Amino acid sequence: MTQSVVVQVGQCGNQVGYRFWDLALREYASVNKRGLYDDATSSFFRNVDWRKGAACSVGGQIQHLKARAVLVDMEEGVISQILQGPLRELFDSAQLLTDVSGSGNNWATGHMTYGSVYRELIVDKLRKAAELCDCLQCFFLIHSLGGGTGSGLGTRVLGLLEEEFPGVSRIVTSMYPSAEDDVITSPYNSVLAMRELTEHAHCVLPVENQSLMDIVQKIQMVAHGAKPELMVRRNATLSSGQGGVHEVEKPFDAMNNIVANLLLNMTSSARFEGSLNVDLNEIAMNLVPFPRLHYLVPSLTPLYTLADVNAVPRRLDQMFSDAFSKDHQLIHANPKQSMYLACALMVRGNVHVSDLRRNIERLRPSLSFVSWNQEGWKTGLCSVPPVGHSHSLLALANNTCMKLNFMELKERFTKLYRKKAHLHHFLHVEGMDLGCFTEATSSLDSLIEEYDSLDATRAQATPDPPRLRIAT
Amino acid sequence: MSVVTVQLGQCGNQVGQELFDVLCSDALAAHRKTYSTASCERFFHLTSHGDLEARAVLIDMEPKAINSSMTKALKGGRWRYGEASHFSQKQGSGNNWANGFCVHGPRHKDAVEELVRREVERCDRLAGLMTMMSVAGGTGSGVGTYITQCLRDIYPASFILNHLTWPYGTGEVILQNYNSVLTLAHLYQLSDAIVVHENDTVHGICSRLLNIKPIAFTDINRVIAHQLGGVLQPALTPDSNGVYSLNPLGELVSALCCHPEYKLLSVSTIPQMPSSSVPYSSFSWTGLLKHLRQMLISNTKMEEGIDWHVRPPAASGRIRSVAGSSFNTSLANLLILRGKDVYCAETGNFEEATIYTPWLSPAEAFSAWKSPIPFNKYEKSATLVSNSQALLGPLEDIVRKAWNMFASRAYIHQYDTFGISEDNFLDSFTALEQVVSSYRELKS
Repeated sequence: MTQSVVVQVGQCGNQVGYRFWDLALREYASVNKRGLYDDATSSFFRNVDWRKGAACSVGGQIQHLKARAVLVDMEEGVISQILQGPLRELFDSAQLLTDVSGSGNNWATGHMTYGSVYRELIVDKLRKAAELCDCLQCFFLIHSLGGGTGSGLGTRVLGLLEEEFPGVSRIVTSMYPSAEDDVITSPYNSVLAMRELTEHAHCVLPVENQSLMDIVQKIQMVAHGAKPELMVRRNATLSSGQGGVHEVEKPFDAMNNIVANLLLNMTSSARFEGSLNVDLNEIAMNLVPFPRLHYLVPSLTPLYTLADVNAVPRRLDQMFSDAFSKDHQLIHANPKQSMYLACALMVRGNVHVSDLRRNIERLRPSLSFVSWNQEGWKTGLCSVPPVGHSHSLLALANNTCMKLNFMELKERFTKLYRKKAHLHHFLHVEGMDLGCFTEATSSLDSLIEEYDSLDATRAQATPDPPRLRIAT
Repeated sequence: MSVVTVQLGQCGNQVGQELFDVLCSDALAAHRKTYSTASCERFFHLTSHGDLEARAVLIDMEPKAINSSMTKALKGGRWRYGEASHFSQKQGSGNNWANGFCVHGPRHKDAVEELVRREVERCDRLAGLMTMMSVAGGTGSGVGTYITQCLRDIYPASFILNHLTWPYGTGEVILQNYNSVLTLAHLYQLSDAIVVHENDTVHGICSRLLNIKPIAFTDINRVIAHQLGGVLQPALTPDSNGVYSLNPLGELVSALCCHPEYKLLSVSTIPQMPSSSVPYSSFSWTGLLKHLRQMLISNTKMEEGIDWHVRPPAASGRIRSVAGSSFNTSLANLLILRGKDVYCAETGNFEEATIYTPWLSPAEAFSAWKSPIPFNKYEKSATLVSNSQALLGPLEDIVRKAWNMFASRAYIHQYDTFGISEDNFLDSFTALEQVVSSYRELKS
């Protein structure tokens, strides 16, 4: 069994990470009833009690588990809250790195200034976390793109991961700013960070606040009884933090729960048993045909369960349909109108291979796939369902629709950049010059172009390339 | 004589476990002492405690599949895997043939060879080796190919049979076509015979003949195991002089693979039905064999939706007629009959020259094995192993899809990282186009 280390950077990264650890503990508590430290638990936690039989009560009181995590923030607020909260025992000081003054929503401060000051320290903490794994497979970086620390220092950490651990996967969860983001420099920060993501990540899962908010609202509407045939399970990890260690819901918690669920469901098939396992290194392998095009649109279903328990097959099919509807995507995008390069369906719970095949055949005609990957499906079956549901589906789509999001981001960037607004804040920082901006925009341009050229193949019917001929 | 099985990857380990289960329960059923002894010697050895232990080595780059197969075998209580005959690592091959073949294979060569050698030394006489794997993933296909190569080096004179599971056409693993092309091209140089089961076909059998709903991988693997068991269990062969054949793999290879260009074998079994209906059904050999023969020539892989209009081309002149376009020409067929009144079964309709390629006489192209012992609860059952054009269509699909992807250079960087270059791909494509063309030319 392999292990993963979560690296959470900045305010947003740490808040999402916090929800992740809470829900991960709950998941193990519900799967691992006896509370014994086993292979599945070891993938995200290490056991610090090596007495014989080493029982660790997951869920109730955390006594002997430590999170495989590195927490980085250039302010103290969020991390010190975590350290005062009920999950404090999961982390020890060797895993933490904080400063006091913050990055002031400036990518350059995070990336250049703090990046250089804390370089050694960060590498040291990463190495320690890695040494505690017996087969480290993956780093999960969680950060946001709009601010300064997550965006700037986060992408600096990404580069360090590549330098120090070239053989370990780097899967990044990035919170993209919405169009009406209140951070004025967020287009700069995002575009500068995007270049790093395009060059150094294996996979990026883009997530947007607005989409998460919409999903949360939908869940709340159902929970408050808008439709009698629907209901929300009180104990489902997706819909509420209840039952976890952390009882009082904060405004962003519900949204962050969704992202935490994304990570749990993506890794479940590598952690638990199933008839068709998906190891973490298979995700990038299958979904990334060209190294730079590694932005995957995630969608999660079901968000709530139908009260009618009898309509099982219909409910299952609905789950598959939902995964391809905009309402369940974690970012606003329109994959159905664009072209799929590849698509993964990762199923948990009581679902069989025949359900999977039936739904692939049913959905296939409504989706357009690139000519050379008409059967571009990667499938996984994990037998352990998420807490509070009998089954679930995570779809990851590598789709040219991301182009539109990037073009929109580019537009917001250009609006500021043309007027040179706030530019001096960035250029003051040592190591930063205009070249960084032009390189970042040209990286983004070429990414958009790559999507464009693939999209162009959609219009014309591409004949099969001539095969090799055998002389007979 | 004994067969040592090497199970590789998640698929190989799951199918292997089901196969041993079928072999064991069939062998231990009542009233069949010599049969039982012969079967057990072939696939199991007795431990000092009197337990049956499979002559198998379990290999995977990741521990979960092996753990679950070993536990399942133990829970069944009839047989088990050797405590020490498995090898697993922590991190899988990531669906990448190159990672399996160039990295994991060479790295763990010694450990795997040692396990196989120990298992071989436990056999009084070795009949051959059988590997079980899928072609879609990374470990089964990549490590499996590499290990087959090692076994070929160590046991140059032994028969090596590869059992391959082909993935669903509509996609299980996105790299499945690349992985399949690389696997098949390499195995073609190494293996004596390649037995293929397609998931799509077996899925159809589960849903349409066995009425299973919903279908799980266990159901699919059980059908594969049943068909393979029908081939591998003891039988009387033309050369075995009235006792159970000692050399199942050798006789299979000599019956079916007479030419190195043609190694792909498909399997079909008749009858197959829900186990609850088996006790209430009876069959005549004439009926069964009539259906099976039409399934063969019309290339229908299950006893449903058989196209009865397909007829062999007219014997005179052997000119390809219009009606013959969907006709499935065979190179060689092996018919295995098990059950009641087996010696009265009339196999003449498999011996007609018109169903075979012109350059082989029916006497050489057709063989039959028989056993009066009913197999796996079926009063009568017939299994046909066929070296014919049956797999030409699926093989062409694989090559075509892989070639289209290769033309756009998609995913090539993932293979290049581990040392499989575009030239390696081209070599494999060339080799398989050759195979495709050979099978296509069987007709003329």
